[in-house]
Amino acid sequence: MKINPEYKELAWQGLWKNNPGLVQLLGLCPLLAVTSTVVNALGLGIATLFVLICSNATVSAIRHWVPKEIRIPIFVLIIATFVTCVQLLMNAFTYDLYQSLGIFLPLIVTNCAIIGRAEAYASKKPIKLASFDGLMMGLGFLAVLMVLGAIREILGQGTLFDGANLLLGPWATELKVQIYHLDSQFLLAILPPGAFIAMGFLIAGKNVIDSKIAQAKPKKLEQAIERVRVNFES
Amino acid sequence: MSELTPAISKNSKILGLFAVACTAAVALVQLLTEDRIELQAQQQLIKQLNQVIKTSNHDNEMFRDCILSPANNNTDLLIDVIYRARLNKVPTAAAIKTVAPDGYSGNIELLIAINIDGSVSGVRTLLHKETPGLGDKIELRKSDWIETFAGKKVLDDNDNRWAVIKDGGMFDQFTGATITPRAVVKTVRKTIDYFQANQEVIFNTASNCGAEL
Repeated sequence: MKINPEYKELAWQGLWKNNPGLVQLLGLCPLLAVTSTVVNALGLGIATLFVLICSNATVSAIRHWVPKEIRIPIFVLIIATFVTCVQLLMNAFTYDLYQSLGIFLPLIVTNCAIIGRAEAYASKKPIKLASFDGLMMGLGFLAVLMVLGAIREILGQGTLFDGANLLLGPWATELKVQIYHLDSQFLLAILPPGAFIAMGFLIAGKNVIDSKIAQAKPKKLEQAIERVRVNFES
Repeated sequence: MSELTPAISKNSKILGLFAVACTAAVALVQLLTEDRIELQAQQQLIKQLNQVIKTSNHDNEMFRDCILSPANNNTDLLIDVIYRARLNKVPTAAAIKTVAPDGYSGNIELLIAINIDGSVSGVRTLLHKETPGLGDKIELRKSDWIETFAGKKVLDDNDNRWAVIKDGGMFDQFTGATITPRAVVKTVRKTIDYFQANQEVIFNTASNCGAEL
């Protein structure tokens, strides 16, 4: 079976090259606001992933019926609908997590990564590819959220997976790892400025890795200047 | 008629159609989850009430035996709901949901349970926006400070032990955060005073919030 090379490209773009968190820098608001612990990051990441897949699939499914003049309001409607549904479902089935993520869930609507993908990719491609793009972009975003959450939680309160039971049920209480003990928490890491600083280091780290890879590769003539693009096909 | 009119009317129809479809989808999900959300909120409430009033201390359904925002002549004290605990129909304690308005970052919602003899049965923080790492030690998840209220009593009107240690009282403050515990202590104290002065009203008013949950 031959895998469509486009899928491979999509995975590479979503997870690394055009990562919504590290390269497109879309959705910074939830990214910085909720990543104080890994569990919060995971909860919001999964919610975003779900909304992204659903909205990409729907936008792609209706792409032939939407006149281009009114596409943006329609995309916004669709995204807002999915976010509201996710919010209701989380309220019903993961009540405790809903309590701790509460005000950040509606922020998913304002996550530009979602409307960005709808506009740039899903509105032009078939459902399968669009959903896969949603999955990969969502996973890329989730990964950044988790890494940032882990850094801030370790620095800030010396633990990992604190509160995992909120997301996964009572058995997950044991997942909590006390890495070292802090008498008082390291505030900077927990508050938003810490998120900005950690984020800066993550982006710098990615750029270092990218330039290492570029150096290691045999010299190829670069034809175009590399730019950050939301729409990587253009 | 301008040449744009057909396009405008077509687009607005499509937009309207999508709005209807999206609203219908949300309404459907809401309908499906409604009962469960209500149940979750109710269970959460029962759990909280059982934390502040021991199950051996009551045999009624406290969350149904309650009064909403009762009259109160202390304008400083905002009382939201009072849940009554009874054992064999005899009042044993009351859990009062109230707000400490003077936290470091705004309101702190508290559930304060007081035994019939005036001693504190338990206190829990329901909602707050205090600084993570400093003021949030009023959460049981972060610190057991809130447990220090249990069993304490207001001896008389001049009982100045009801303050943080820094102000000459008996409650610990947190390193770097005095305003938060000060606000909580003050509100608990005021709630006890209210309870002592109004026991009659608190336990004899007919329940009027059963329909809410």
